[in-house]
Amino acid sequence: MPVAELKRATKRYGAIEALRGIDLKIERGELLALLGPNGAGKTTAVRILLGLAKADSGTATVFGYAPASQEAKLRRGALLQVAKVPETLRVREHIELFSSYYSNPLPFAETIAAAGLNGIENRLFGDLSGGQKQRVLFALALCGNPGLLFLDEPTVGLDVAARRALWGHIRTFVARGGSVLLTTHYLDEADALANRVAVINRGRIIAEGTPAEIKARTAQTGLEDAFLELMKEEAA
Amino acid sequence: MTHVYWMEAKSEFLKLLRMRTYSISTVMFPLMFYCFFGLAMGREQQPGASMPMARYLLATYGAFAVVGATLYAFGVGVAVERGLGWLQLKRASPMPPAAYFLAKAAVSLTFGAVVVALLFALGALFGGVQMPAEQWLALGGTLVVGAIPFCALGLAIGNFAGPNSAPATVNMIYMPLAFCAGLWIPLEFLPGALKLIAPFLPTYHFAQIALGMLHAPTQGTTMGHVEALAAFTIIFAGIAWLGNSREGEKMYG
Repeated sequence: MPVAELKRATKRYGAIEALRGIDLKIERGELLALLGPNGAGKTTAVRILLGLAKADSGTATVFGYAPASQEAKLRRGALLQVAKVPETLRVREHIELFSSYYSNPLPFAETIAAAGLNGIENRLFGDLSGGQKQRVLFALALCGNPGLLFLDEPTVGLDVAARRALWGHIRTFVARGGSVLLTTHYLDEADALANRVAVINRGRIIAEGTPAEIKARTAQTGLEDAFLELMKEEAA
Repeated sequence: MTHVYWMEAKSEFLKLLRMRTYSISTVMFPLMFYCFFGLAMGREQQPGASMPMARYLLATYGAFAVVGATLYAFGVGVAVERGLGWLQLKRASPMPPAAYFLAKAAVSLTFGAVVVALLFALGALFGGVQMPAEQWLALGGTLVVGAIPFCALGLAIGNFAGPNSAPATVNMIYMPLAFCAGLWIPLEFLPGALKLIAPFLPTYHFAQIALGMLHAPTQGTTMGHVEALAAFTIIFAGIAWLGNSREGEKMYG
């Protein structure tokens, strides 16, 4: 059974068809990168799997459960494109609060280690650097000991070192058998982290495979060039 | 599972306590107004007034304080947290949805209770207000519980207002609600037209119940005011619900 699955999912907002029948599967222990230009439907797909929006037709499941069910919620964590969480709480307080939502959370020290927050546990969120803030959000996604992580643009605005540090933490999570759905605009990030890539455009999946397969399909050496090539084919 | 509710309330309390704009404005403004109007000007009984201002205004500034603590915590809090995406992250998490609301309500009531206690101390120490202990408790209890309809109003504002405009929106609603219901200056000193509007405001019914606890002459019956507040609560909760369901169908890339 896949960890998360969309089957023929469609979603329409007024006149705009955000998703036009999407099939998407995330298997256990895999990091699937969902790529696509702005407005392609990435966020809509993620929101449906998080139970924040409902598909108009088709089905969505997370560990076999409805995405909005408590069973699904307990088994997944999410890092959304949240600009900020309340600034006047300490890192420790944020993590303890989020951990209390779950029935089987990671021990506090493990969450801190897994997100690289050692030494800043008692700082206020508002006093942290961009990279540290992003790692706190990663810790909130991770603290419930989920089997599946949703990472929506996790490294936006980070410097190279902070970005690489977060990559390291994501890799560790996957190496321990966790699954990840990653959406990103940084194709080198997808190339570095993903086992599988799905390219979405105008509400449809237009290519799917390992990063190597996608590159081979478009006869390009970099994923970024392959992506641009796919977009060109689409437009033609 | 009660652990979650406790953690949520504790976090909400610490968050607001450290937010100076919240803790200072909700605590200091009512105390300051009471000092001006209740203490500096109102120690003596005005000709024609039913009781010294220091006593009368204890009820109305108490109501003013509680309404403010609640409207800012909910109206601004929910709008900002919705704007930040923080609320979405919580919705996607296994947090029981009621925990968020109950934590804000418990913390608003706590801040309200603190301000009311400080107002009472000012009134007793510097305003010459004397009452039997059970009357102090009855007034205090009424003021704190009276926050409940305003939790619903705050939630309605928070679900509709933008994160940046929320403080202004709250003030635009809070200040007229307070003034026109006689929370700043007793109703009998307000122009006739405002006296006609007052019964359509939830703050008016709240203040009348609180004044009743002081045995001040009030309009209508306590039961009638409680019913009016219950009706307002249902209306505000309905508006809040509309705002909330609108949120689910917003377009995201």
